[in-house]
Amino acid sequence: MSNNTAPAIEDARLSKFEERVQKGDAIEPRDWMPEAYRKHLIRQISQHAHSEVIGMQPEGNWITRAPSIRAKQILLAKIQDEGGHGLYLYSAAETLGISREDMIEQLQTGKAKYSNIFNYPTLTWADIGAIGWLVDGAAIVNQVSLQRTSYGPYSRAMVRICKEESFHQRQGYEIMATMMKGTAEQREMAQDAMNRWWWPSLMMFGPHDSDSPHSSDAFRWKIKRHSNDELRTKFIDKTVQQAEVIGLTIPDPELKWNEATGHYDHGEINWDEFYRVIKGNGQCNKQRIAHHKRAHDDGAWVREAAEAYKVKQAVKNN
Amino acid sequence: MADINELKYTYSLRLADNAWILSHRLSEWCSNGPFLEEDLALTNIALDLIGRAQAFYNYAAELEGKGRTADDWAYRRNERQYYNNLLAEMPNGNFADTIARQLFMSVYEYYFFMSLQNSKDETFAALAAKTLKEVKYHIVHAADWVVRLGDGTAESHNKIQQAINGLWMYTGELFDTDETDIMLSEQGIGVDNQSLQTLWETHISEVLEEATLKIPEAEYMQTGGRQGIHTEHLGRMLGEMQYLQRAYPDAKW
Repeated sequence: MSNNTAPAIEDARLSKFEERVQKGDAIEPRDWMPEAYRKHLIRQISQHAHSEVIGMQPEGNWITRAPSIRAKQILLAKIQDEGGHGLYLYSAAETLGISREDMIEQLQTGKAKYSNIFNYPTLTWADIGAIGWLVDGAAIVNQVSLQRTSYGPYSRAMVRICKEESFHQRQGYEIMATMMKGTAEQREMAQDAMNRWWWPSLMMFGPHDSDSPHSSDAFRWKIKRHSNDELRTKFIDKTVQQAEVIGLTIPDPELKWNEATGHYDHGEINWDEFYRVIKGNGQCNKQRIAHHKRAHDDGAWVREAAEAYKVKQAVKNN
Repeated sequence: MADINELKYTYSLRLADNAWILSHRLSEWCSNGPFLEEDLALTNIALDLIGRAQAFYNYAAELEGKGRTADDWAYRRNERQYYNNLLAEMPNGNFADTIARQLFMSVYEYYFFMSLQNSKDETFAALAAKTLKEVKYHIVHAADWVVRLGDGTAESHNKIQQAINGLWMYTGELFDTDETDIMLSEQGIGVDNQSLQTLWETHISEVLEEATLKIPEAEYMQTGGRQGIHTEHLGRMLGEMQYLQRAYPDAKW
């Protein structure tokens, strides 16, 4: 955006933009957009991409210990899908004028965030089930809603991602179901994973609507189409029944069906924990970033070699 | 003379072990790759190998006919009972070490499965044809990287040369030929393993030359995998891999 654009022209563009968004038009990379919209999207899409990539670590923690050939195959394929999602999302963010390199730097310096859930450790095999079922399950609720987000490349990435995520969710649930049909130790492991992942999964939808700092612009520009609390409720409603079917207990004594609203009411979420982990004091915050940096730094000579080779070839071919 | 099914069973198990052990190594790269696309490429190869391992374990199970499953072989044997080539179990090291291992292995597999697709055993022939399609991609991936690293920067050149030198002593074993190989090859079921050596050496020389790398002097070739005598690395890998199956022997996952 140039600084000397007359304010009147600026206003006209903005109202045209807002009109298009209201009509439900998709905004494309070459279209004019307000800087705040662009910034909001870069922040949100890159955070989403980083979440996919950082999420590879807690799940990757169990690849070499996956308990069967099939389990290993499914887990590895799932993590590969997550990496692929990271790639589409980085590309979608690049259409807004930020490079992958800059995004990675923002991740590593803590300027860009990733989903808080991945700052929790995966301690047993059941955690792999819980992540697929609960974490991917929560992510889907959010992502389904984003399939109609106003920015074209983001919305199209979401359509592809949602298809794969629903597989992951079923696979995660299958792990839990198999364990609940298994030995007493397996059932205990599954319930323990449920107890540890339930509340952080609810936190994935973000603060209550009344406390959500980024919501109002996002709604007006149809980046976001449902509120945090609406999405959280949707997730709880569908998950409670799934837990009951396989005999898992939801670790919330206050959880109860509310006839009047037609939804479940839940107990108070521990927001102190949520903000503490977001601020960097979760069990794995430092570990996740250190891992990412280490892999990135260890790979620097490989990327340099590929670049040097490309340059040499270009010289040869000229 | 050993029963032909027993020979085929041993053969299938060896092929499965090579794929299973190497796939485990490649899966260790997940979230550790030099960049995201390459992370996914290595995982992709790991997935191909897992699929191959499963197919050959299943065939071994069928030939043995004692009701064992692919998972029993993958997870319930001790280190002296694995018959993979030592090369497959070598640690990932840096990216160059992994790529050198991939090149040596994939080129060998390419000629091996080329030959095995003509096996008189229908299952071997069919599995070989399927595997070959995947291995063609694996070779391109490894050879491209060897060339890029060899002819990239001074640092990458040194790293890949060191990797080639370090792993060289484990390449001779690929062409080891024991009674099982000889008998199956004579029957048109298995591959004449020794005949692959020249093809392999020529192919590797061409890639290394393009990559401006030197072929190491062959002094001593370490063998043992086919007899279940492994490097120290395998035991640790199995300790990690088998943990859940061993700790909860009655559980199904």
